[in-house]
Amino acid sequence: MNDRLKNLPWTTLGPWLALLAACAFFATQSDRFLSAENFSLILQQVMVVGVIAIGQSLIILTAGIDLSCGFVMALGAMVISKLAVESGLHPALAVSLGLLATCAFGLLNGLLVTKAKLPPFIVTLGTMNIAFATTQLYTSSASVTDLPDWMTALGATFSLGGAQVSIGTCLMIVLYILVWRFLQDTATGRHIYAVGNHAEASRLSGIRVDRVLIGVYVAAGFFYGLAALVSLARTGIGDPQAGQTENLDSITAVVLGGTSLFGGRGIILGTLIGAIIVGVFRNGLTLMGVPSVVQTLITGVLVILAVAVDQFSRRGAR
Amino acid sequence: MKIVFEARNIVKRYGGVTALDGADFALREGEILAVIGDNGAGKSTLIKALSGAIIPDSGEILLDGKQVHFRSPPDARAAGIETVYQDLAVAPAMTIAENLFLGREITMGGAIGRVLKILDKKEMLAQATQRMADLKVGIRSMTQAVETLSGGQRQCVAVARAAAFAQHVVIMDEPTAALGVKEGNMVLEMIRRVRDRGLPVILISHNMPHVFEIADRIHIQRLGKRAAVVNPKKISMSDTVAIMTGAKSVEEISPELLA
Repeated sequence: MNDRLKNLPWTTLGPWLALLAACAFFATQSDRFLSAENFSLILQQVMVVGVIAIGQSLIILTAGIDLSCGFVMALGAMVISKLAVESGLHPALAVSLGLLATCAFGLLNGLLVTKAKLPPFIVTLGTMNIAFATTQLYTSSASVTDLPDWMTALGATFSLGGAQVSIGTCLMIVLYILVWRFLQDTATGRHIYAVGNHAEASRLSGIRVDRVLIGVYVAAGFFYGLAALVSLARTGIGDPQAGQTENLDSITAVVLGGTSLFGGRGIILGTLIGAIIVGVFRNGLTLMGVPSVVQTLITGVLVILAVAVDQFSRRGAR
Repeated sequence: MKIVFEARNIVKRYGGVTALDGADFALREGEILAVIGDNGAGKSTLIKALSGAIIPDSGEILLDGKQVHFRSPPDARAAGIETVYQDLAVAPAMTIAENLFLGREITMGGAIGRVLKILDKKEMLAQATQRMADLKVGIRSMTQAVETLSGGQRQCVAVARAAAFAQHVVIMDEPTAALGVKEGNMVLEMIRRVRDRGLPVILISHNMPHVFEIADRIHIQRLGKRAAVVNPKKISMSDTVAIMTGAKSVEEISPELLA
């Protein structure tokens, strides 16, 4: 393969093939699957996990992992909705404070990983529980309803060639493209790959590894905050129990998208495909009448398969 | 000949252990100076002091006759001293061009280019190709991942990176230790080319045949001090090892073997 071709985003063919195969299969199982309407629904269903998975991808690229993402998002959603609805804060202020809360959790994760030198798995296992408990204490486990219009605006849809496309979906796709170009075209983006690839070599090359890592965790927190906005718009309520499925589904999306859990390899657009694969499975299985517990089981099998295929193909390439 | 890089009377203690006990060091213009010594002779402590990895307790370090105080490896790098490490310090999944410029990327001009640090990939690729060609590294594509290269080729990338950015000195810390015979020779050949292009090289090595093959002078470190500097074209390998281990003192060998 020539070099130009090698650097294009679709080189990681696996996720695309898996997506096509899944679509082909479900098309044979349900008449309703292959319709513009159904696909716009799938995209709406994946927008929350899709935005969370941007942050998750950045962290996994640095050879880390974030088990707290969905719960941090839920906290952000509750801060925004409670402050705006119950305390009557100005929308911009409520959103800013919500983003501040999710970024603060990112900063906490980043500091514990770099300064205390604790493994990301353990750190985020801890902050997952802390974020969950904080949300419950802050809200007394009560939902916030009657969200104002501005808060659900991202869920509004417009018509595009017969399909209803939500603004949240567009936001998700724009975010993916921006982060993808950032990772490919900027020095900081390449440093994220370098740190995940070989932290010691990066340090010896003069990259401030701690700074890169803390930046990545804070940026991830920011994306969880944006996901909180998308989630509020999608569900129409501030739900303190939100984000629990998305928490692990985001890791599934990253892995299905072809990013290595060992860090430094992968293309973030793959994560978007991975998130859509998860959505296609849930949607297709629902259309087939498969119970949701069985869907979760199938998703589990899917992740293990994806990691196994990834491992074997890499071993073969060496 | 002019002395480029010099250390005088360096002392470094770790608790009760004296690693460097008034060590001297001098690197001349355009030479390959090998540094050898038994384990515990203070060889690696000396190199760490020269590359900024440790701060000596006392003594002075001079670069081009001016005193320098390195607080960290980036300090030494900013002063034009590059170090190549034995354990192939490159990012395997990244391309050769990216590795050459890692941490020192060339960015686009203009306000946006500078603020966002947008990479000038074309320029980096062109420069990478040029530099690798200058050093006669037989690698065709600069956009292939470093992990597709052999160990020797990877080390050549590391050497090329050091040579590209070093203004004054290249330090090579056991650059051939992890490599096979053929690969090691490839890297030696490359070190010679770096010297021939005018950059003085400090080579730390345990491999006596390698040292005798390419060094212009050999600095022998013993018991935290410089025991002697010898001329590899005149002295025998066994006499060199004898001085290194203390079996012979410098007084016992002919002065014309010294350098």
